Amino acid sequence: MLEKRIRGPPVGSIFVALASGAVEVDGLVKRFGDFTAVDGISFSVEPGELFGFLGPNGAGKTTTISVLCTLLHPSGGRARVAGHDVLHDRNAVRSSIGLVFQETTLDDYLTGEENLRFHAVLYGLHGHDIRRRMDPLLDMVGLTDWAGQQTRFYSGGMKRRLEIARGLLHTPKILFLDEPTLGLDPQTRVHIWDYVDELRRRERTTMFLTTHYMDEAERCDRIAIIDRGRIVAIDSPDALKASVGVDTVTIETADDVTARDEIARGLGVEGEVLPDGEGLRMRVPDGEAFVPRVFEHLTVGVRNVNVRRPSLDDVFIRYTGREMRDAEAGGVDQFKANPMVRGWRRG
Amino acid sequence: MATTDARRAERLPGAGDTHVEHAAPPAPEGALIRNLRTIGMVWRREIIRFRRTPARMVSGLAQPILFLFVLGAGIKPLVGETSAGGVDFQQFILPGVIAMSVLFSSLFSAISIVWDREFGFLCEMLVAPVSRTGLVLGKAAGSGTVAAAQGLLLVAAAPIVGVHLDALQIIEVIPLLMLLAFALTAFGIVIASRMQRMESFQMVMGLVVNPMLFLSGAIFPLAGLATWLAVVTRLNPATYGIDPIRRVMLGESDAAPLTINGWVVPIWTEVLIVLSLGIAMLALAVRSFQKTE
Repeated sequence: MLEKRIRGPPVGSIFVALASGAVEVDGLVKRFGDFTAVDGISFSVEPGELFGFLGPNGAGKTTTISVLCTLLHPSGGRARVAGHDVLHDRNAVRSSIGLVFQETTLDDYLTGEENLRFHAVLYGLHGHDIRRRMDPLLDMVGLTDWAGQQTRFYSGGMKRRLEIARGLLHTPKILFLDEPTLGLDPQTRVHIWDYVDELRRRERTTMFLTTHYMDEAERCDRIAIIDRGRIVAIDSPDALKASVGVDTVTIETADDVTARDEIARGLGVEGEVLPDGEGLRMRVPDGEAFVPRVFEHLTVGVRNVNVRRPSLDDVFIRYTGREMRDAEAGGVDQFKANPMVRGWRRG
Repeated sequence: MATTDARRAERLPGAGDTHVEHAAPPAPEGALIRNLRTIGMVWRREIIRFRRTPARMVSGLAQPILFLFVLGAGIKPLVGETSAGGVDFQQFILPGVIAMSVLFSSLFSAISIVWDREFGFLCEMLVAPVSRTGLVLGKAAGSGTVAAAQGLLLVAAAPIVGVHLDALQIIEVIPLLMLLAFALTAFGIVIASRMQRMESFQMVMGLVVNPMLFLSGAIFPLAGLATWLAVVTRLNPATYGIDPIRRVMLGESDAAPLTINGWVVPIWTEVLIVLSLGIAMLALAVRSFQKTE
């Protein structure tokens, strides 16, 4: 049932086989009653890519993942995961993916190892294979010594690590991570990311994650910015930030007013002298290349130079006209968009 | 975008370093084997959970014991011998109390699916590439086993109230307990699939579990009742699960077997009714599992 995972050096045919894309979404719509959680989004994820969905809570991230993982039926459009249709070929999709949910989905009364075994058996692994696959994964997430403990004694970070190991147990082609570090302390977040990086290095699994943390989105190869169920921008973090256009360069000099005039004459850039001697601020397309040229024209001494690239926050503002923290949806929308809350309601 | 493409190319397979050893792809196996393994695993989870929560076992026995030794002992002098003769009130309700513990235990553990939903483990099961039938059967088998085991613990109390069972009776009681447990678990899963939150639990208790118990002949004989009560008790499926247990434990003559318009319903008919209702409930449960939303 599971196709053999392709390993080893690249062979021409591999690229042909993978050319279809790990995830392909075309005009996907998901409605709950008259609330549209996902409003006609299209994108694709390349094999081996770390792809991120960045957006405020309630933007439709979890709903999209739930549709891609066969937990919700799409209301419109098409989606293929690992080449299988999410509506018509659900078991093939389920076999191809690993999923780390936003909330813990371990059985508290089972030990770490029992949780993994439960998963392994449901995904069709057998006795010896289970051990061979489980042990290195437990080792990788640093839980070998804890495997025999019931998971209700685990910390939040340990649970999350066990879930990541579990998601990989059946060697999925694509690992979905829904807010993998939500509710974890900053130190644990760093650790989780170390594991994710390690994983990508060792397993080269395609990863699809959702987050509303800017610093996590930065780590992705490409991100889609999603707002109110629509993708407003999709590209690499660098390209997105470059699309905002301008860097902010701030220099502190012995005489900011003279500096401003010299730069205006020499480079044609109008700076702004900040109050209280905080320096001279300029907005330019390429800040790093701009700074050496500034020095060619200055006669006053420079104390400090700061170049700030646009952040993803700036990107979000550029594409949505709002700051991300202002865009967090109200409680009702979130409630409706959460498939866990909706459960099996009929109709 | 050119730079991004180049970066992406570097990540394609073959950048070569250490691997976690990969399991061979699972051997192709029949859907039947796959389903049986799923059922086995879901069943095992229920058993492990039961073993690790002794509090659940104790609380599951508390109410039946209260009924048997407090209510039973208190009412015994009032009623003397039951209409059927032979047995006193305590002896009469013993099979009913055993069935009651099966009823509570199976419905509660089936409804724990709602718990699984709130705490997410249900999602883990639902995204697995296994048939929903396997998941439901495993759950029903697991909860059913736990419930039957609890009922069996109470069978040990029989000598205390003066009911002496021989080996054959015990062997006959076990499958009857399992049948009742299985049917009730299937029913419980159907309720759970219609329930959104744990808060609805009290309502289910009040509107389903208690009426089912009181209208089943678990705690009073079903002969000589007012017409409306006689009709309702004979419409209650639980009646047909409890009556055979009593007939086996107390013997045909002392058990006051169930009659409909004077016709003594044969045990195998009762078994068949419970079995077919159980299977119908199971089919319904599978259906609600298949609808993911």
